[in-house]
Amino acid sequence: MAKAFQKIYTQITAITKATCSLKATGVGNDELATVNGKLAQVVKIIGDDVTLQVFQGTEGIPTNAEVVFLGKAPSLKVSDQLAGRFFNAYGEPIDGGPAVEGEEVEIGGPSVNPVRRKQPYQLIATGIAGIDLNNTLVSGQKIPFFADPDQPYNQVMANVALRAEADKIILGAMGMTNDDYLYFRNVFSNAGVLDRIVSFVNTTENPAVERLLVPDMALAAAEYFAVKKQQKVLVLLTDMTLYADALAIVSNRMDQIPSKDSMPGSLYSDLAKIYEKAVQFPEEAGGGSITIIAVTTLSGGDITHAIPDNTGYITEGQLYLRRDSDIGKVIVDPFRSLSRLKQLVAGKQTREDHPQVMNAAVRLYADAANAKTKLENGFDLTDYDKRCLDFAKDYSDKILAIDVNINTTEMLDIAWELFAKHFKAEEVNIKQALVDKYWKK
Amino acid sequence: MTTGKVKGIIANLVTVEVDGPVSQNEICYIRLGETRLMAEVIKFAGQNAYVQVFESTRGLKVGNDVEFTGHMLEVTLGPGLLSRNYDGLQNDLDKLTGVFLQRGEYNFPLDKEKKWKFTPLAKVGDKVEAASWLGEVDENHQPHKIMVPFTFEGTYTVKSIAAAGEYRIEDEMAVLTDSEGNDHKVTMIQKWPVKKAITAYREKPRPFRLLETGVRTIDTANPICEGGTGFIPGPFGTGKTVLQHAISKQAEADIVIIAACGERANEVVETFTEFPELVDPHTGRKLMERTIIIANTSNMPVASREASVYTSMTIAEYYRSMGLRVMLMADSTSRWAQALREMSNRMEELPGQDAFPMDLSAIIGAFYARAGYVYLNNGKTGSVTFLGTVSPAGGNLKEPVTEGTKKVARCFYALEQNRADKKRYPAVNPIDSYSKYLDYPEFQEYISKLIDDEWIPMVNDMKTYLQRGKEIQEQINILGDDGVPVNYHEEFWKSEVIDFVILQQDAFDAIDAVCPLERQQYMLRLVMNICRHDYDFDSFLDVIDYFKRVINLCKQMNYSEFHSQQFEDYQKKLNDLLAEKQINA
Repeated sequence: MAKAFQKIYTQITAITKATCSLKATGVGNDELATVNGKLAQVVKIIGDDVTLQVFQGTEGIPTNAEVVFLGKAPSLKVSDQLAGRFFNAYGEPIDGGPAVEGEEVEIGGPSVNPVRRKQPYQLIATGIAGIDLNNTLVSGQKIPFFADPDQPYNQVMANVALRAEADKIILGAMGMTNDDYLYFRNVFSNAGVLDRIVSFVNTTENPAVERLLVPDMALAAAEYFAVKKQQKVLVLLTDMTLYADALAIVSNRMDQIPSKDSMPGSLYSDLAKIYEKAVQFPEEAGGGSITIIAVTTLSGGDITHAIPDNTGYITEGQLYLRRDSDIGKVIVDPFRSLSRLKQLVAGKQTREDHPQVMNAAVRLYADAANAKTKLENGFDLTDYDKRCLDFAKDYSDKILAIDVNINTTEMLDIAWELFAKHFKAEEVNIKQALVDKYWKK
Repeated sequence: MTTGKVKGIIANLVTVEVDGPVSQNEICYIRLGETRLMAEVIKFAGQNAYVQVFESTRGLKVGNDVEFTGHMLEVTLGPGLLSRNYDGLQNDLDKLTGVFLQRGEYNFPLDKEKKWKFTPLAKVGDKVEAASWLGEVDENHQPHKIMVPFTFEGTYTVKSIAAAGEYRIEDEMAVLTDSEGNDHKVTMIQKWPVKKAITAYREKPRPFRLLETGVRTIDTANPICEGGTGFIPGPFGTGKTVLQHAISKQAEADIVIIAACGERANEVVETFTEFPELVDPHTGRKLMERTIIIANTSNMPVASREASVYTSMTIAEYYRSMGLRVMLMADSTSRWAQALREMSNRMEELPGQDAFPMDLSAIIGAFYARAGYVYLNNGKTGSVTFLGTVSPAGGNLKEPVTEGTKKVARCFYALEQNRADKKRYPAVNPIDSYSKYLDYPEFQEYISKLIDDEWIPMVNDMKTYLQRGKEIQEQINILGDDGVPVNYHEEFWKSEVIDFVILQQDAFDAIDAVCPLERQQYMLRLVMNICRHDYDFDSFLDVIDYFKRVINLCKQMNYSEFHSQQFEDYQKKLNDLLAEKQINA
């Protein structure tokens, strides 16, 4: 791997589980190196003491390992050839195809100047009512699913990837089980959409520290398509909790003082650097966009843990999955989920009645939840309570269930049908003008 | 000047071996090929200066050259600051080329070519000192004073002063002679180190003048004073940003400075998009004309995030010295504290609670102390009102940033998840929140003159009703609706009237969004009058139904133009409704 003019060091001075140190000069911060062929990155320089973070872990590295510095930060070759391909965390193909030719860009590049951003304004439809109807996504937004590990979040992500109206979909998989990786591969190939998907995959079989590269790889590819090709790019990152765990491992090995929940003190900035790559470019800059949908797995639903907590402060809302026991299907929870940007498009790019119908349906669904509590506590139900319960069941089954795939106008029409089926117009609390126009007689 | 060479690098903490004297907080530039990266000295030991770099240190090598500047981090002060969007180091973001921020790209924050219409205020022979007004220019309809630089010590005599006319910012506006007979030239601009407070004023009394924000839960329930300090802690999703935007749009201030410190870029973009369109309710001009935005969003370098709050405060103090009322909002001070934590961690300092630096609460205290209402040396007044938001980790208010802030900020607006879940906006908990100014005799005297003697007792009375309502609600929850006397329900619903009509306010409704003080007085009197009466009810179901109608009518009044026909119609309906059930004493 070493080129003729490159100096080879062979004297390692210290080894930990994730890092090794040596004496070297002329080394740049963040620079890549190989240690006996294993990729590593400079994380600390004190005089001629250089500390390297070894992505694959330091198992088997001898004290006389050959260290070669590559003179560059981690980078990715970008071009249209990325489309349809699967790569590992270093951007090397894992699908048996040839290496990608193209311009080499450093990953983790600079931020967009805030005054050169445009306020997000384009709707991204997913066909999932829990998202399109109740928590509309806007291109340039960043939003995670807060999910328990046993919930089918990867299936939902795959659904979103297939249905979303985006020019490119970039999957960044961190600590994904091999089974889920094969699932994604199958789903993408079978749907015949491979040509608009690029995947960077770190599975549980790969070393944990490697996954630190995945989001930056995925976003470097996303920036190429959004900036150079003016495309609407959707980036899926799963699972960001495992990414944060890897950060904690490295910071721990470097003897840094942990803050809340054993996470590094810089967790907020580290996550923000990734999520803030979501952007809507203005027309002058091509009008492309990067939207990020991530998964943050929770431990026992605890959102006060440092990872979901910091994430919540960075992202523009969050989505929760829930199994609705009445219909036995997974829905996007209409109560706890929130898209902070939905008001930018709801009723503007969708039909005028969207905001009111959305609120009315959620309110009635909440009434149904109250009725259910009443029932469980042994109280009698009023006629209205019973109708709410019937409505809730229909609403879950015909609209919210994630296997339903319809457009927003159809969702609104079905909602009006359900209102008329179960309620009187005055019980629904919608502006009279809209009721006159849309109420199903 | 002192120079040095890079000896070590850990993320953005760089060790530099120096060949001469350096001072704490001195600024230096590290050469990396053609680029120069700005950095600040934060520690010194032996021959080594430890500097925090305001940029990414990718590619930096041992042996890179470093030049020290001999001064601390400074801002440039002069006409033309208003309406600009700066980063934390006062680079004009609009002047930067390219879509992406390139490291090492710094620019001059003002316009050197623009001509300003100058009117002299001082005459030859006048005795002047630091911050004395020499003249003024019109900056977006604000009288921007050209002052004796704050760094000038002692007394000076005006030797010459420019005649009325048009000048550029670097033109010589005056020559001042010091006590030893040396002449000093003064232009329209001056520099000041951001971490030092500007103290060129005569006196800083306790704040006593009400600062009207048009938000009822603030002005009526827990008012903030001109020159006062307050903070808004809130878990995510509780409407912190909406409340903060409402205040910055409506507050009765001449200048508004928004420090977007480590928060979402799209929120800053919202301000960039909205403010040039929105009209200032006080002057009828565009809000952007009186606004300065310091944007250092969460993905911009951490060290300049720390600098951004100081940059904002220094600009605020500069405008205060002109006798203006400045409102400074920082969102969020927790991100600033986290920036301090990241550096402290890299310097391997022994950590305090949650790994924050030990002196965190002292740093927060010193910063809040820079706000205030002042009497300038010429007897005029000016103020910097500071409102900071805190983003408590996990929504837990017992964390170091919230606790450190609570010790120094005089107003506390507790945003509550529970209220937000119930869509009771602004989600400020009326019982946990406080304004210490209500206890200041100066403030009480001021309010007595501005409104009347009854006001503060009435506000306290309102809070008693709220407290009582909360207690009764708990009892009802335990004993059931039938388990308490009917008048308990009446008491509870009175507190609901206060909540729905006074505390809740629709920030998205054109009329309800801004509630002037006169209207707040009217509504509070109206509501307290409802509360102070007794009513005649047979059952608790009647109580609920009746007060829901009362609330509905009062809310319709909130949505109507003050004293319009519609407003008076609702008032009349309300009077009729009240007459039905009120027992006349």
